[in-house]
Amino acid sequence: MTETRKPALRATAIDKFFAGAIALDQVDLTLYPGEVHALLGENGAGKSTLIKCITGAYHRDGGTIELDGSPIDPRGPVESQALGIGTVYQEVNLLENMTVADNLFLGWQPMRAGMVDRRRMNRRAAEILAGYGLHIDPSLLLSSYSIAIQQVVAIARAVELSGKVLILDEPTASLDREEIDLLFSVVRELTARGMAVVFITHFLDQVFEISDRATVLRNGRVVGTRKLADVTQGDIVELMLGRHLEATKRKSQQTEPGDAILSLKDFGKRGMIDPFDLDLRQGEVVGLAGLLGSGRTETCKVIFGVVSADRGSAQLRGTPVRLSSPRTALEHRLGLCPEDRKTDGIVGDLSVRENIILSLQARQGWTRPLSRSRINAIVDEYVKALDIRLASPDMPIRLLSGGNQQKALLARWLATEPDILILDEPTRGIDVGAHAEIIQLIERLCAQGMALIVASSEMEELVAYSTRVIVLRDRRQVRELQGDEITTDRIVKSISQGESAA
Amino acid sequence: MKLKTALLISAMALAPAIASAADKTVGFSQIGSESGWRAAETTVTKQQAEERGIDLKFADAQQKQENQIKALRSFIAQGVDAILLAPVVATGWDSVLEEAQDAEIPVILLDRKVDASDDLYMTAVTSDTVYEGEVAGKWLVDAVGSEECRVVELQGTTGSSPAIDRKAGFEKAIADAPNITIVRSQTGDFTRAQGKVVMESFLKAEGAENICALYAHNDDMAVGAIQAIKEAGATPGDDILVVAIDAVPDMHLAIANGEANATVELTPNMAGPAFDILDAYWADGTMPPKWVQTESRLYTADDDNQAIYEMKKGLGY
Amino acid sequence: MIGATFRRITPQLIILGIVLLLNFLVFPGFFSIEFQNGRLFGNLIDVLNRGAPVALLSIGMTLVIATKGIDLSVGAVMAIAGAVAASVVTGGGGWFTALIAALAAGLLCGLWNGVLVAFLRVQPIVATLVLMVAGRGVAQLITEGKIMTFLNEGLIFLGAGTILGLPTPIIIWLAMGTLVTFVVRRTALGMLIEAIGINETASRLAGINSRVLLLAVYLISGVCAATAGVIVAADIKGADANNAGLWMELDAILAVVIGGNSLLGGRFSIVASLLGALIIQSVNSVILLSGMPPEFNLVIKALIIIVILVIQSPTVKHALYLLRASAGSAVPEAHAVGPRNSPAKETRS
Repeated sequence: MTETRKPALRATAIDKFFAGAIALDQVDLTLYPGEVHALLGENGAGKSTLIKCITGAYHRDGGTIELDGSPIDPRGPVESQALGIGTVYQEVNLLENMTVADNLFLGWQPMRAGMVDRRRMNRRAAEILAGYGLHIDPSLLLSSYSIAIQQVVAIARAVELSGKVLILDEPTASLDREEIDLLFSVVRELTARGMAVVFITHFLDQVFEISDRATVLRNGRVVGTRKLADVTQGDIVELMLGRHLEATKRKSQQTEPGDAILSLKDFGKRGMIDPFDLDLRQGEVVGLAGLLGSGRTETCKVIFGVVSADRGSAQLRGTPVRLSSPRTALEHRLGLCPEDRKTDGIVGDLSVRENIILSLQARQGWTRPLSRSRINAIVDEYVKALDIRLASPDMPIRLLSGGNQQKALLARWLATEPDILILDEPTRGIDVGAHAEIIQLIERLCAQGMALIVASSEMEELVAYSTRVIVLRDRRQVRELQGDEITTDRIVKSISQGESAA
Repeated sequence: MKLKTALLISAMALAPAIASAADKTVGFSQIGSESGWRAAETTVTKQQAEERGIDLKFADAQQKQENQIKALRSFIAQGVDAILLAPVVATGWDSVLEEAQDAEIPVILLDRKVDASDDLYMTAVTSDTVYEGEVAGKWLVDAVGSEECRVVELQGTTGSSPAIDRKAGFEKAIADAPNITIVRSQTGDFTRAQGKVVMESFLKAEGAENICALYAHNDDMAVGAIQAIKEAGATPGDDILVVAIDAVPDMHLAIANGEANATVELTPNMAGPAFDILDAYWADGTMPPKWVQTESRLYTADDDNQAIYEMKKGLGY
Repeated sequence: MIGATFRRITPQLIILGIVLLLNFLVFPGFFSIEFQNGRLFGNLIDVLNRGAPVALLSIGMTLVIATKGIDLSVGAVMAIAGAVAASVVTGGGGWFTALIAALAAGLLCGLWNGVLVAFLRVQPIVATLVLMVAGRGVAQLITEGKIMTFLNEGLIFLGAGTILGLPTPIIIWLAMGTLVTFVVRRTALGMLIEAIGINETASRLAGINSRVLLLAVYLISGVCAATAGVIVAADIKGADANNAGLWMELDAILAVVIGGNSLLGGRFSIVASLLGALIIQSVNSVILLSGMPPEFNLVIKALIIIVILVIQSPTVKHALYLLRASAGSAVPEAHAVGPRNSPAKETRS
């Protein structure tokens, strides 16, 4: 890549202030045609703010933006789109209840005699999508296709409307590997045509897989722009955090697990998870590994009673129990941090304080409110213990960054003093710093004698903290790994070969 | 007027049982029972039919035109001798009326008219709502003589035809009496609760001592307003004259108690005149005029309101 | 705590002040209150008194709306409760029996709605529509289609009597408002209701028993509506099944909205809804006192309410906020004053 080429987009010295705080401080970003440029940084580093300033969703307080050499000043996404800058967000911004073609052409439908020319529209849509390697029927509802295909439709729409710069904001967060491959092939196709692509993500592997260069932001400042061919993942992480991340290595052997606490026999739910046996002991972490849809999340849900099991039995310290709802699970001192933090975890408009005490209050019942002093004590304790960074515990939790939201959810359950804590993807979508802290927390809790079940798609993570790892495939437990068997290699093999359970 | 005569005219109107009416079958499609007056009309119609030995087929349409059309078709299919129809709306009757005409069944409209050619029905028996307002206005003109009188008016539901007509009739009657002026006029939606609320605001805005009379488009609003007058510390019927329209039982009671002064009757007996017309038609083929007006009788403290109240209470008001 | 509540209801207080001033402009005697016949007498008292039914409905409606629901049946429940109370006293029962019977009827209606919504998972708008339509019919059956009048002094006192010179309905809605506010805020009920309104799935996963809470809010709404129904019937000494509470559910919803509560559920303020009810009644008062022909009633009401809602819209609020921020000397504290949709919500960890 020659830096002498004319940049497609050059943002210089962008400033942005929010109510007195500096969100962006003299940020520069240069994009060349045909490159994939990763924009990296911890949550809250200013990635989204920068994008919004470039697309005009926010009004910047300083700096210039040049597109193909001429200064632009878009006053909103519609205007920037018309200028040539398209944006696709993680949550696909399309209309699920309209057809693929409708979504592609919304606002610029081909017309004939004052009516939408549906036939031409469908034909054009099929042609456009074929250009992305997608051979689907554009006359079907968007909702009948997977998120990945919806994502590609969104990209296609953005490219058709814009065509110079494409910004992808966490496009892969909810995709599985095959879908990511599809997306990346589309991105490569676009850069080959000379588009400049901005790629925002938390997944460093993917950054190195697809990107040419990366710009790293920290606390609203650019800390460096690097050609990825010249650096390692460690270098990038160091830039992002400003410090060396302790390598999460597997400790020799954790404390010896204690007595059995939860014992599930032939436990299952038709259509969700095949019957399985599980004995959980105090002071152990049972990791759940498997691909997306392998039954990890389903296992967590059926144990916690989100969906009640239709067969099998559960014993808690030798006493038979029925785990029929989250409420009964809570009463039996179980806790669950769900996979989808936004929809199943946080109660967005409630304060951080209320979110933390929510489950404890639910268990006490509405007639016995926690006293103000008790609430303050609990909140202070966990904000400090988990290093939840916030302006005030009275701010709505939706304003926190992802990592801090996750910590607050952990605090919610820790406040109930659970015996068993189930964590479903506890580190998904959170920044590197919080990631490490949560892993340390898991190890600490385990050492204190709590029993944990952790489902995760990150195998290194599972290797780091699990006492045992259960591998799932096609909604079935296929293998249990113990002690020295727990390595990423073995997990991957078990997943791919589907070895039968020992 | 004697009580007995009053009863005869108002509700019973006992016609001599004519042979030709007996053993006849008449279908009656009623709107529903949305108000006390409507319920009384149903009761009186049934009584009238029984008195005359007519077999009345009754159908309650529950406020739906489609139910009325169904009822009419069923009457036609049964081959009734005549049909009474209290139409819920004014339009959309042409085809079913034509069917009745083809079957040579006379149709008499009760209480309301329809937007259809008048040769599709025999006649319409209704009250004259403008005239009702006039009767109320005339009573007030006579009652106050030449004294200054500031009147407050409780209108019916804004835009409804009885509200428009009763207002027009009253204004016509007081047009020649410059001493009577309407100082405030607001809608009370024909309901007792709104009548009370709006009267309260009249009393505050004008002061009870500056209001000489209340004219309400129906008795329910007047009954509500009477309570407001009492709560404001004035005497209804004396400090403030109260005149309204409909003659429902509670209004008779108010007059009997001296809390109201006059009411104009909207008779629930629309069927009586209708049956008279049918008798004449069946007897010698006499065709009635296209509009038969019912009497709009004025009740005042001179009548035995207590007795009328007792009698009317049983009619389903 | 007090400061936060006050800040929350400031817009409603300002609007109420403006509408009251409008009353004063069309009728200069508006603010005068006299004591006559053992009762306080004046337009301001009328606003408080006549606002009682909508105020009572708005209490229950606030809670229902906070759970992302809606209760369209309250008007019909008023009619039923009035009819029940009237039929008890005309049947020879005492006023207290009548009151209890009416409240029981309200509870029963709330139970019906609550079971449909919480257990059978019928959408609230559909579930309560059933009772909205059928309930008035039930009331008409009880009264046999006529206005069922009664002379029971005890019952009439609830609608037309006075306590220490104040009309009873004022005392009742103030008491009910205080009681419900106290119950939801001194217990954890309020927070749990807000939680299920904001995110029911997350709340359920946090162990909250959302069914019982949903049932509870519809029960409260039913009782509030029944109380309003008794007051309305007592006020006119008769149960008017055809007209009692007719379309009043819409005024109640409007009161909640004017109170700044989101129809999408979540955070709520009963005090603000009560102020909303008073604002609506003050608007009615302007119309009545202005002496304009009734043809203008709906136009005037619509205009005033459009203005109120536009002032409260997030966009206008944001514009006002920016105006203040640019004109003001100090930059306001971001989270305390910043409107919900302002860019200030971006935080940096």
